[in-house]
Amino acid sequence: MSTVKLTVNGKAVSADVEDRTLLVHLLRENLNLTGTHIGCDTSQCGACTVHIDGRAVKSCTVLAAQAAGSNVTTIEGIARGDELHPMQAAFRDNHGLQCGFCTPGMIMASIDIVHRYGGKLDEATVRHELEGNICRCTGYHNIVKSVLDAAGRMKVAQAAE
Amino acid sequence: MYETTYHRPSSIDEAAALFSKGKEAKYLAGGHTLIPVMKQRLASPSDVIDLGKIKELIGVEPSGDGIVVKAATTHYDVATSDTVKKALPALAYLASLIGDPAVRHRGTIGGSLANNDPAADYPAAVLATGATVKTNKRTIAADEFFKGLFSTALEDGEIITAVSFPVQAKAGYAKFPHPASRFALTGVFVAKTPSGDVRVAATGASQNGVMRIPAIEAALKANWSAGALDGVSISADGLLSDIHGSADYRANLIKVMAQRAVTAAG
Repeated sequence: MSTVKLTVNGKAVSADVEDRTLLVHLLRENLNLTGTHIGCDTSQCGACTVHIDGRAVKSCTVLAAQAAGSNVTTIEGIARGDELHPMQAAFRDNHGLQCGFCTPGMIMASIDIVHRYGGKLDEATVRHELEGNICRCTGYHNIVKSVLDAAGRMKVAQAAE
Repeated sequence: MYETTYHRPSSIDEAAALFSKGKEAKYLAGGHTLIPVMKQRLASPSDVIDLGKIKELIGVEPSGDGIVVKAATTHYDVATSDTVKKALPALAYLASLIGDPAVRHRGTIGGSLANNDPAADYPAAVLATGATVKTNKRTIAADEFFKGLFSTALEDGEIITAVSFPVQAKAGYAKFPHPASRFALTGVFVAKTPSGDVRVAATGASQNGVMRIPAIEAALKANWSAGALDGVSISADGLLSDIHGSADYRANLIKVMAQRAVTAAG
């Protein structure tokens, strides 16, 4: 057992976990942040995507101890109070989800994509960049539309700040 | 996953000392091979020694005749490094094709090489450019480093610290990715040194892991063009054959990927 200290969604947290604990289990079971999903558990599906120090990673393939000292952001940490993050709002407006299981990972991966590309995103790039996130409902079409819509909204939001 | 003990050393020497103390210790870099294998209970190290936060193992530096990529540098950082893009753009391109974005944020060049998966991308670049693998004990030439499927010249406890890539006159990489895993069904790296020597390496194709392709090297040395490979035929002997592609299919892919790599190299 080790005590793992990290920052999750802006709050300093500490958890006593076995060294073999995965980050996704620490988030879900110790912190009750169950928005981060476990889909495949084999690093393929991306449902468990969170940000560690600003970069999208698959939290099922990171030991909790590896994240000690890091800043972790989950799907629960992106809205501002009642105001959805522009990516969440775009998914809602564009019907970018059906069952919703992959959505937290899709949104975290997509925010990272927009951060890396800025406003220079096109459909082909979004499809390519979403290779690590699997959706079995939508056929991806509306997810891609959502990301492109959100890229515009995030640019506007940034410009306003 | 079986129980294990996690360590986070802050230096290479501390990591090596922890390794020698552990009963069945394993080094962890990005963890994108080791953790999945531990989850499947195919590996059960007593101790996991995290190299991913050791500062002296991270970064890219220009060196006199090339670049030095330190071992714990992530695929994402190699793909986006201005130093790599300027000195050896084919290497940045190769790194940008590994896995998916989340994998590239964690996986490292040292981890990839130490694992030597027969379908990994980096071994092709290291072998084709005649790079040198630096460890905490010695330097190993690319031709001496790869020893077949998942095996390398590394000794027990030895740590890759950096890879030194010599500058090339021309270099290119082309890969036919497995559509689900993005591993190379076959990937070919072609490189021409400033003195005109040509080295070509294929990954994903052979039963023995990464290999050089002498027939393509000879043809490109005589005439550096995709067309020069039209008449070259690659033997299917010793190539992988599985549900994703037969040995004959991979033999053809070696040639086609080499042609695309030459075109990309210009």
